[in-house]
Amino acid sequence: MPTAPETLTEARRLRDLFAAKGAQVIKADVLQSADTLLDLYGEDIRARAYLTSDPLRGEMVLRPDFTVPVVQMHMEAQADPARYTYSGKVFRKQESDESRANEYVQVGYEVFDGHDPAGADAEVFAAIAEALGGLPVRAATGDIGILMAAVRGLRTTEARKAALLRHIWRPGRFRALMKRFGSGQVSPARAALLAADDPLANAGPNIGLRSKAEVAARIAALRADAAAAPIATEEIALIDAMLGLRETATNVLSALRDIAVDMPAIGKAVARLDARLEALGDKGVDVTTLEFEGSYGRTSLEYYDGFVFGFYAVDRPDLPPVATGGRYDALTAQLGQGRAAPAVGGVIRPDLVRGMR
Amino acid sequence: MLKLGVPSKGRLMEKTFDWFGARGVGLRKSGSDREYAGAVEGIEGVELVLLSAGEIPRELAAGNIHLGVTGSDLVREKLANWDARVTELAPMGFGGADLIIAVPQAWVDVATLDDLDAAAAAFRRTHGFRMRIATKYHRLVREFLRDNGVADYQLVDSQGATEGTVKNETAEAIADITSTGETLRANGLKVLDDGLIHASQATLFRGRRKDWTDAQRQTLKALQMVLGV
Repeated sequence: MPTAPETLTEARRLRDLFAAKGAQVIKADVLQSADTLLDLYGEDIRARAYLTSDPLRGEMVLRPDFTVPVVQMHMEAQADPARYTYSGKVFRKQESDESRANEYVQVGYEVFDGHDPAGADAEVFAAIAEALGGLPVRAATGDIGILMAAVRGLRTTEARKAALLRHIWRPGRFRALMKRFGSGQVSPARAALLAADDPLANAGPNIGLRSKAEVAARIAALRADAAAAPIATEEIALIDAMLGLRETATNVLSALRDIAVDMPAIGKAVARLDARLEALGDKGVDVTTLEFEGSYGRTSLEYYDGFVFGFYAVDRPDLPPVATGGRYDALTAQLGQGRAAPAVGGVIRPDLVRGMR
Repeated sequence: MLKLGVPSKGRLMEKTFDWFGARGVGLRKSGSDREYAGAVEGIEGVELVLLSAGEIPRELAAGNIHLGVTGSDLVREKLANWDARVTELAPMGFGGADLIIAVPQAWVDVATLDDLDAAAAAFRRTHGFRMRIATKYHRLVREFLRDNGVADYQLVDSQGATEGTVKNETAEAIADITSTGETLRANGLKVLDDGLIHASQATLFRGRRKDWTDAQRQTLKALQMVLGV
């Protein structure tokens, strides 16, 4: 492991590199309000971030990354387009692997530019690749936007699509929902409940805040779902095929075009991938060897909803990724209370970079 | 000396003494009832340490005791990465209790975790905050719900009388220990079909720290021979 001064020297070099590309150098507080993160991620954040309480400000968190404060800062500044860079420590609990650092420096490059999303994606990826130039790393990429487009295009009810989209970052629950929506079956007990004239007849006295009306509303939703046709086997197979893709980006593009014949809803998202690969090519990235995985970036506590990427040390599969990034348009919409600011960014860990030199 | 930590009072202590006694190792409190010192008969080199059951996991992980009897739920709740820090030597067949998730019986639409997740999403839209689950087992419950892909809930701390929190409207659901389920029913609650988080029982653990002396290792071997575990 490099010493702290070595890491800081590397961090400064990386930040200067991004600043030279026109990014404004910004800083963020170490202590952030926990409300935003709890809103976004729920309880899971407690396992990953250090939460603490302030007698006046309520629950606070040691920043687990810079993205949320950067988005908040950008939303207040209202400059568009804008580029930012920063360097500072982030703090993550490591509950399962004691050998992983629980505080480390991140250097980031974030681009808020809605005019040319493909160009912005390529710009961030190429900037990170350039910063890691000469190191033995391999890149992996993916695109959550294609899966989201496929879900939105399913020939099924809006309620089912909303349920699937809500769990896009929880692969286990997503798969369970797909299975249920595709089976057209409910348990005998559930069938009896839905068939009853008054399902609430034997409910007994209500306790707690969740009212009888809410229970009745969900039963109505369950009845509507039971009456809806199952999601077609072919559509489920197409989504499985999409998630199982693991090839070079150019081959994936071709495979996705085949899938788009049967699933026109992903057409626009595939066109965006096409445009991105072209923009990456223009930046000197060899897309014929670039890895693409259909399910890349689908881990919980993420917010990427389009392009996603990571750089990994070739000889050290035990290390966390040296750099990660992606597009997070939905996060800006959520934090901007309706006002979206298309954004893509990436972070590098200077300690890992230095360790590889 | 090999230090054996045992719960310092109540049925858990008595049952532990019985369990060891039936296997030829006599454990007893020495001195008056208020003292937390103990004596061991039937084997050399073992020292009895009486502790609160809740402190035994931490003391084992820290290496302050070498063996310990406590609930398997407490070890999983109190120790991150528990199986890297302690090893189960023997389940002891008593102190059984299930950590479960329970919701109001009036929720006829909620029977599974899948239902709970859907109800939580709707609850958040209606009430503007995440559905509250009262518990003192934060780690176990959070890991269970994460592994099962349940979202839009929050844990609220409840160190006692957890079954009453729903009626008092400080929580919408609970995650708690139950042995027969009677208290749950009396409080208008029901267990989810797939809501068993952990079936707990009193268990003999050994710490996995590497700084044991040869004498301590030999004593453990002899003790395991006597106990047959």
